[in-house]
Amino acid sequence: MKNEKTILITDDDIDYLEQMKFHVENFGYKTLTANSQKECEQIIENEHFDLAILDLMMENDDSGFILSYKIKKKNPDLPVILATSVSSATRFVFEPENETEKSWIKADKYLEKGIRPDQLQREISKLLKL
Amino acid sequence: MEKLTILIVDDEEGIRTGIRRVLRNFTVSFPFYEHDFEYDLIDAETGEQAIQIIDNQNIDIILLDNKLPGIEGIEVLEYINNKLTDCAVMMITSYASMDLAIKATNNGAFNFIPKPFSQQDLKSAIESITKHLFLKRMTQKMKLEAKNIRFKFLSVLSHELKSPINAVEGYLRIMQDKQAGTDISAYENMIERSIDRLKGMRNLIMDMLDLTKIESGKKNRELKNIDIVEIANMCLDSIEPMAIQKNLKIIKEFPKKLKINADSGEIEIIFNNLLSNAVKYNKKDGQIKFYLKNENEKVIFIIEDSGIGMTEEEKSSLFEDFKRIKNEKTKNISGSGLGLSIMKKIIDLNKGNVKIESKVDIGSKFTVEIPV
Repeated sequence: MKNEKTILITDDDIDYLEQMKFHVENFGYKTLTANSQKECEQIIENEHFDLAILDLMMENDDSGFILSYKIKKKNPDLPVILATSVSSATRFVFEPENETEKSWIKADKYLEKGIRPDQLQREISKLLKL
Repeated sequence: MEKLTILIVDDEEGIRTGIRRVLRNFTVSFPFYEHDFEYDLIDAETGEQAIQIIDNQNIDIILLDNKLPGIEGIEVLEYINNKLTDCAVMMITSYASMDLAIKATNNGAFNFIPKPFSQQDLKSAIESITKHLFLKRMTQKMKLEAKNIRFKFLSVLSHELKSPINAVEGYLRIMQDKQAGTDISAYENMIERSIDRLKGMRNLIMDMLDLTKIESGKKNRELKNIDIVEIANMCLDSIEPMAIQKNLKIIKEFPKKLKINADSGEIEIIFNNLLSNAVKYNKKDGQIKFYLKNENEKVIFIIEDSGIGMTEEEKSSLFEDFKRIKNEKTKNISGSGLGLSIMKKIIDLNKGNVKIESKVDIGSKFTVEIPV
């Protein structure tokens, strides 16, 4: 089933970006890709998309949070997935740490990188309410 | 000026006001610390009152009489120890029996001052307890900082190692399920990318091992009288293929021979790091200048490129572990983020220094000086 939803994928790891694009297009979505926080900011300004998958650490340690904030500010209902390879095993916190952060970081889903494509597909359809 | 709060616990009013008078304008300074210490003074008549004060505010030093009307000083001391507060206790008593002194110090009192004491006795007691408290707090702070740095290093390292694993695993899974259909070239590209990422990971691990060796001081240094011109030429040879790809012009100015007493492996690491950066961050058709000279008992290496350059802010954090400058211009340049940090440590080890001059889009110049 082909559908016309567009998904924005942002990651500074070129291979990860390629793979996500590959899978998401296989699911039948259109894609927009950005390789940096800066590139992504331009897309947020100028293009239309229905869901965003954002890497957390790019130019800044919290690039993903910043982008998520900008997207939600423009369109609070647009679903955002934050993905990172910072393992929870290192106890490095990548979810909002406290109430103040929670009040402005409004990602809909946090995913540890290395996610299986079928899981990703399920999460996307769930968030797009398909 | 740094303030410490002293709690004076004694049932005799004369003693309390006496201590107050001596310490009111008293300050302590140490040659190793820029600030002077001065003291806020609080009184308590009984042990019960003292406990109430300790529970409700931050006390740094407690001057504690043992013989009190209600509970004894030694019991107050026990209470303080159980509470694990960060304060130092000095016992005062006229019944300065050896037994009580031992019992009090075993219970964590820092020191003991017998009554009657002179102004000078009190002052030197306060001075020594202040020094003890300061050093104890400083050590704790340093331990915590070391732990935080180590933790940060490990989390970044795990991120840097997991990214290539994820990338390679992702390609393998696509290939395993033949998701790219029958297009062989797509698979070839994935294999190529995977090999690239594995190479990057290998470099990171090698760099990290170098760094650990240097930091633990276990790196076997072999100091010999070596000719660094020879090493410089060797390093230039090894980067030549990379330089040719970018059509870079290399201008070198070396003396015939330049001998210093150093570890050849270390000098090689310095040259390789600076040269490979000068190539990686250079523009096509650019140039690299490489000078070696001997001036005022110092050997000077200068490596200058005509590359993308850095901002002041980028320059300032350049020698930190895993610090890679991330921007549009650097996104396709690979590196472990450890090279310059390793280089800096080696230069420190050789009691040398490194200076950077850089202009965005014009280029960067690294000047390393090592005493002969």
